[in-house]
Amino acid sequence: MPYDPELVAPMRREMVDLGAKELTTAKSVEEFFKAKKGTALLFVNSVCGCAAGSARPGLKLALSGDHKPDRIATVFAGQDTDATAAARAHFKQFPPSSPSAVLFKDGEPVFFLPRHMIEGRDAPSVAFELVGAFDEFCAKK
Amino acid sequence: MGTFHSDKGELHGITVVVETSGRRVYVGRCDEESRAGIILLDADHHDDGADGKSTADYLRFAARYGIFKKHDRVAIPRAEIKKITRLGDLPRS
Repeated sequence: MPYDPELVAPMRREMVDLGAKELTTAKSVEEFFKAKKGTALLFVNSVCGCAAGSARPGLKLALSGDHKPDRIATVFAGQDTDATAAARAHFKQFPPSSPSAVLFKDGEPVFFLPRHMIEGRDAPSVAFELVGAFDEFCAKK
Repeated sequence: MGTFHSDKGELHGITVVVETSGRRVYVGRCDEESRAGIILLDADHHDDGADGKSTADYLRFAARYGIFKKHDRVAIPRAEIKKITRLGDLPRS
């Protein structure tokens, strides 16, 4: 059962403030994935404080680095269920995980940061993982 | 900012690997650990050699990508538990 919208509103806002496009419907997800060229990050947001509490600040830190994805979007697991299912269909080789982050290059998933690599870690540790992927896949050559 | 949880032990909310005294290994999110055992949510299990996969192969994939859950909830008695490790602490390659 979804949490109270008022409870999750600040968690949604954190992502929007980072410049992420919030995808709340399956249609908006498909619109986002229509564009294939370049790099795109999809962040699967979550209420859980054990992991999401460091995932969002970790992403913020990572995005302050030299390289970052061309586009960022987010779905909210457990809240926007249709949008989350539609998004996961684009990386179904990876087990469902929230919070998590998937980096796409030219439409193909090239990096996956699952929940178990986030939980119990602080924001800089999460950023370390993401920056490594951004440097590898998002640097303009 | 996140939700708050009651005190269910330091592994609450953490994805763990539970090695048993038999061929079976479990991976799931720890809900609660006590003297009685451990309760995992959204869990999977693997029996060494099942589907032609060793436990090492299974855990290598799990460490990189996570698991496809087979159980909403599973309780593992303390007497069956050999070792509990955080999945995030396993090498990913």
